[in-house]
Amino acid sequence: MPGIEPSELAISVTDLRRDYGERRALDGVDFALAGGETLLVLGPNGAGKTTLLRVLATLLRPSGGQARVLGCELPREAWRLRGRVGYLGHEPLLYRDLSGRENLRFHADLHGIERGEAERRIGELLADAGMENRAESRVGELSAGMRQRLAICRCVLHEPALLLLDEPDSHLDAEGRELARALIGADESRIRVIVSHDPERFAPEAQQILRLESGGKVVAA
Amino acid sequence: MTPSRRAFATILAKDLRSELRTLQSLPAMALFAVTTFVIFRFGLDRTSLSGDLAAGVLWATLLFAAILGINRLFVAEREEGGFDAIRLAPIDRTALFAAKAAALFTYLLALELFVVPVFALFFLDSAAGLGPLVAVLLLADLGLAATGTLISSMAVHSRARDLLGPLVLLPLSVPLTIAAAGASEPLLALGGPGYEGFGGWLAVLALYDLVFLLVGYAVFDFLLED
Repeated sequence: MPGIEPSELAISVTDLRRDYGERRALDGVDFALAGGETLLVLGPNGAGKTTLLRVLATLLRPSGGQARVLGCELPREAWRLRGRVGYLGHEPLLYRDLSGRENLRFHADLHGIERGEAERRIGELLADAGMENRAESRVGELSAGMRQRLAICRCVLHEPALLLLDEPDSHLDAEGRELARALIGADESRIRVIVSHDPERFAPEAQQILRLESGGKVVAA
Repeated sequence: MTPSRRAFATILAKDLRSELRTLQSLPAMALFAVTTFVIFRFGLDRTSLSGDLAAGVLWATLLFAAILGINRLFVAEREEGGFDAIRLAPIDRTALFAAKAAALFTYLLALELFVVPVFALFFLDSAAGLGPLVAVLLLADLGLAATGTLISSMAVHSRARDLLGPLVLLPLSVPLTIAAAGASEPLLALGGPGYEGFGGWLAVLALYDLVFLLVGYAVFDFLLED
């Protein structure tokens, strides 16, 4: 997957809005991120943090404003962005009746990763996530923390240039958080947008912080 | 292999593997069909059926059994995030429509492999019509797979999906059921199979399949948008 140059403006968002019917979830969000940078998004429940990530991931259409992500104008060029984004949401996007390894193979196939390369990468990621011994267990039999580790593997499997991480540490124990840091930590080859309720954990890694308040208004950037 | 074909094969294999492991759809469909045959047998108080009555019993039963599978077709995608995963991947989303329709088509074939012989055992004096009936089953299954996939993908987003699916699907499947029953009637006639009007009804089924496959192909991408 093509990466991005650190100097390249990777995300440019201007007056971004998103409505759910009558309710405004995002209201005039502005920020710009260059390659290799991390944006930390903070705010109370219902502030629109997850909505912002889903808009950037092309899973939701913006209701207004401009969003340009990795050179693609949203929503018009969303199709060009798909496959270059790693999205870690509240749901792990894993099938409960398949094993962890089968799930990762499924995602590798969807992203067009050649079979031999996929097996190598899946093996490495499972080892890095401490999931080698449970790779053949069905996802439905795993604890929430183990599912989160697998979801992180799924998120970075196709080596995306942009990581959109919604509470990446949720359900993880101390060891899991350390392992996750290695997989989704800061890296010059990718940019990250992280939603978290734990500013102390991620603020040291972030070049920018965006604070949203209820109704999706920007409090401070 | 092109990305679309690879995505189609990947999603289809995933669905078939999940069904083989969990047996969530097929056993329920088969049990429903056999139970319905028992009800018809005692409700009609007949030990043998032929012609239009036999065709009606067969197709009403298959249609309602199919609805059980159709209702569950996208449940994993909805509840386990499969829709998001597929929308995030660099693939043609109609691969999902094609894979789901192929999975449903496979379920229907597997169902019929079991329940059509049971139907013959319960109601038919002769199995001679079952050979040409295969053509009717294949064409009707293709149409049911296309409409069922289309309706299921819409209904699954509603909390009332178990109600909404059948309510929309049943009127849409009326032409298919009429054509399938019309084609089956001479095959199940008393005294051996006949072929009066058989070709015409097969042509209607083929046209129905073509229309709904094209509609599914045209609108499915739009249905996956938020």
